Amino acid sequence: MGRFIVRRTLSAAALLFATSVVVFGIFEVIPSYNPGRAIAGRNATPQTVAIVNKKFGFNQPFYRQYLNTMKLIFTGQIVDYQDQLNVVSEFKSRFPATLSLVIPAALIWLIAAIILGSVSALRAGRFADKALMVMAIVGVSIPVFLLGAVLLYLLAYKLTIFPNTGYVSLTSNPAQWAYYLILPWFSIALLSIGFYSRVLRSNLLDMVNEDFVRTAKAKGLSQQRVFRRHVLRNSLMPILTMFGLDFATLLGGAALVTETLFNIPGVGQYEATAIGNLDVPPILVGAMFTAFFVVLFGALIDVVYALLDPRVRLTG
Amino acid sequence: MSEERNQGAAETQELREAARSLAGTGKPMLEAEHVQLYFPVKKGILVDRTIGHVHAVDDCSIALREGETLGIVGESGCGKSTFARCMVRLLEPTAGVIRFRGTDITHLGRRKLEPIHREAQLVFQDPVSSLNPRKRVGQIVGTPMKLHGVKGQNGVEDRVRELLGRVGLNPEHINRFPHEFSGGQRQRIGVARALAVDPRLIVLDEPVSALDVSIQAQVINLLDDLQDDFGLSYVFIAHDLSVVRHVSDRIGVMYLGKIVELSPAKELYTKPIHPYTQALLGAIPIPDPEENRARERVVVGGEPPNPVDPPTGCRFHTRCPHATDICKQVEPPLAEYPGGHLAACHHPQNVTEEEVTNAGRSPLSPLVAGGLLPNGKEVPVPQADTNGAGGGLAARLKRIAPG
Amino acid sequence: MAERLLEVEDLQVSFATEDGVVRAVDGVTFTLDRGEVLAIVGESGSGKSVTSMTLMGLTRGPNARFAGSAKLKGKELLTASEEDLQHIRGAEIAMIFQDPISSLSPVHRIGDQIVEQIRAHDKKVSKGEAFDHAVELMERVGIPHARARARAFPHEFSGGMRQRAMIAMALSLSPSVLIADEPTTALDVTIQAQILAEVKTLKEHSDSGIIFVTHDLGVVADIADRVIVMYAGRVVEQGTLDEIFYDPQHPYTWGLLGSVTRMDRDPPKRLPSIPGLPPSLIRAPRGCHFRPRCPHEFERCAEVPPLEARVAEAPDHLDRCWLEVEDKRTRREIEGRIGLVRDAA
Repeated sequence: MGRFIVRRTLSAAALLFATSVVVFGIFEVIPSYNPGRAIAGRNATPQTVAIVNKKFGFNQPFYRQYLNTMKLIFTGQIVDYQDQLNVVSEFKSRFPATLSLVIPAALIWLIAAIILGSVSALRAGRFADKALMVMAIVGVSIPVFLLGAVLLYLLAYKLTIFPNTGYVSLTSNPAQWAYYLILPWFSIALLSIGFYSRVLRSNLLDMVNEDFVRTAKAKGLSQQRVFRRHVLRNSLMPILTMFGLDFATLLGGAALVTETLFNIPGVGQYEATAIGNLDVPPILVGAMFTAFFVVLFGALIDVVYALLDPRVRLTG
Repeated sequence: MSEERNQGAAETQELREAARSLAGTGKPMLEAEHVQLYFPVKKGILVDRTIGHVHAVDDCSIALREGETLGIVGESGCGKSTFARCMVRLLEPTAGVIRFRGTDITHLGRRKLEPIHREAQLVFQDPVSSLNPRKRVGQIVGTPMKLHGVKGQNGVEDRVRELLGRVGLNPEHINRFPHEFSGGQRQRIGVARALAVDPRLIVLDEPVSALDVSIQAQVINLLDDLQDDFGLSYVFIAHDLSVVRHVSDRIGVMYLGKIVELSPAKELYTKPIHPYTQALLGAIPIPDPEENRARERVVVGGEPPNPVDPPTGCRFHTRCPHATDICKQVEPPLAEYPGGHLAACHHPQNVTEEEVTNAGRSPLSPLVAGGLLPNGKEVPVPQADTNGAGGGLAARLKRIAPG
Repeated sequence: MAERLLEVEDLQVSFATEDGVVRAVDGVTFTLDRGEVLAIVGESGSGKSVTSMTLMGLTRGPNARFAGSAKLKGKELLTASEEDLQHIRGAEIAMIFQDPISSLSPVHRIGDQIVEQIRAHDKKVSKGEAFDHAVELMERVGIPHARARARAFPHEFSGGMRQRAMIAMALSLSPSVLIADEPTTALDVTIQAQILAEVKTLKEHSDSGIIFVTHDLGVVADIADRVIVMYAGRVVEQGTLDEIFYDPQHPYTWGLLGSVTRMDRDPPKRLPSIPGLPPSLIRAPRGCHFRPRCPHEFERCAEVPPLEARVAEAPDHLDRCWLEVEDKRTRREIEGRIGLVRDAA
């Protein structure tokens, strides 16, 4: 276990370093990228631009700029170019909204996918299975911005069952919180439900043919017990890996489309704005933020794996 | 008609045996001297430290003559496949010397091994997983020819057809995929692929274990014919003593990384010397109810120990019904009995007192084995030539496995 | 007379596949009494495993069709409800499978897997009692330090110990019928011998009826009382152990007997083999299934020979071959041993 933690921490550091260098480097080579001009404003004189360049160190060599930026990030002093807001505190204040969006959505899609995938596998080839397959394909093929927009149009604008857009924090009013978030939750979850339930279904159908499942039947266990204890448990493991990574990237801001569409002040929305403005500091912090979660959840999933399957040893 | 053919077959058989014994005087095809392959077992927090070794092959020596079939028998984990892979340098041994037709190939690099790998081919056990399911038979058999530049572009397809016919497949099936064939046929494809580059030596790694009994016999007979036609040498690996019997001229029995007995094939069945060989023979039931009822079967208990930490002395002593204190302490060398029959045992079975008295220490014995022969005589262990690899081995053995 | 456990009458099992209907089992008839070992011999695709798994209802599925009858102590198994089968599986009929590593659940402890079976049939047994019983069973089949080993996972066991654990599990409810499906095939030879010895002890000390499915005639000679030889879904011959080995009636049996290696005799110059390949079960040959590979076939073989007694002095020795009994005795004799054909090149 000690070995595992040490190794994972080292690989996390390496990944964060690599991510930051790559993201920083990309902007260095984008031809239209001119942060000094962007900060100075559209009508700025060359003198103003030069002053800005000097102040922000845009004239310095790449490695100096990189080191300075890293220093600012880790001391929590980095500000974005657009509004001169502190990026770290911005992420901190926006993170609860992202958590409010992502955690329930993840639970919805995971539970729904397990139920639908199981039903589909148990009824393989029959009507229920085929109907679910059609739904899954539809779910997977609709892009999130379209689905979100359609949901908004139908349920919020036409039928006015749900509020249009916006966000109420959980601490101020839990009921309103949920009311405002239901549509965003489902617009994130629906896509994954289709995909996850298809993967689970095929895992389950493979697992049913395993020798130890035959043994379980031969022992005289009830079908439910065979399914729950022997088939489902082993089929969930590949799903877990997918889930860990999807969940991690969503926390890091991958829900940016949904957040923007529904006007939820989460980290994704902030990142979306930053990307639109080629505003390096938030983009850089966002990428590192995501990388951190990916490593963290990768490690957590490995621990869960080791708990679920005694053959798996934790290795770095 | 069939009688005539039978007689013909018998004559060929005699001729073949004569040829083989003549070949025996010729140059060896392959020599393995004190070959050792240890796989490290690693563990560590930051940097992996080696905490032990799997003693896969531990100081094994063997020589294979031109046109000979050498059977290697042992249970899973005894190192038989690893040893055979070392012989044709699919693996690089950690110590010892391997000579292929006189050339030292022990540490040759990839490039220099290419011509060796053309002459020494491998046929795998599992005919399903060893053939690429997405390739047609023509490609499977033809690719090694192209890689080794055996024939020109036009000649390849004709040659593949010829080979398919030779291994008993329909040459018209050249464009089929492996899954369209049965297990036995797939193994024939594997054999055709090995034959494609005109090898001298084929290592057969349990080639019929996955096949049904009636199909096994077909493949074994095919291998036998091919050997005669192409003058091949075989190393035939098996997990029990039943199949190797039909193909082998000599058989080596391995247990936990060591060769415990090496004998002309017939002798091994009539006169097994090592108790482990006896156990292997005794484990196979006789397909005759009456004789089976009459036979007192000795079932050897226990299971093979962990090859990371093999027992001291004779490695079989933990399961051997004849074991005494000496077996725990001193590793027996391979003693030479009449007829070129070698066995490493302090309590040899099926041998006369005279044979025991006259037994000498075989030079194929492991260097680390003592000089204590079963007759109680202690012969000096030859000091390994410090210039040769043997000396290097002794030194390495000390370094790798102190004590 | 010993109690009759199983009565199988003209059992037929077929599976619908994309390529056509696979007639996996086509007319199998046999009985099993208490205390006897019945060996079902055949090569892959002969239907031997399908037959034994059908008895436990393990071949049921949307594509499977069954006909004939299979009765356990008079109760029909083929039409039994899934719930009735649950009570029979593991308690009345237990099974030991070929590959002990894939047949045990990798994520549950060995002891717990045995406990699960015991408690599936009797909820009143507490977990502790069931665990004690599991340990006792493991000791009985020769697993050392059973109490500690019961807490280990299958991957921590060696192949032989895993198979012992499978046997312990199968024995946990003292079933009347024990089916062993190639229980030694995946094991090393010395371990094979140990497991075989274990099954023999079982035969002596329990009054279960044992069905032993195997391809190995050596093992059959060692353990069976009666033998069924199957080929391409059909029983081609059945009789007592000695009848099958000393007076085999079907050419396929001759071929099998001929191709077994004997450690106690000099090997023949050339390994006797059966020419050709087993037929596809979707498009099986008309008449006798062995006909295309049989050197003794004649016109009449285009008709399916009924499975019936043809040897006058042995009314329970059945076979499916049209040849005259006397004719067979000369045809199968090759250089003092039984074989399919004189020149098996």
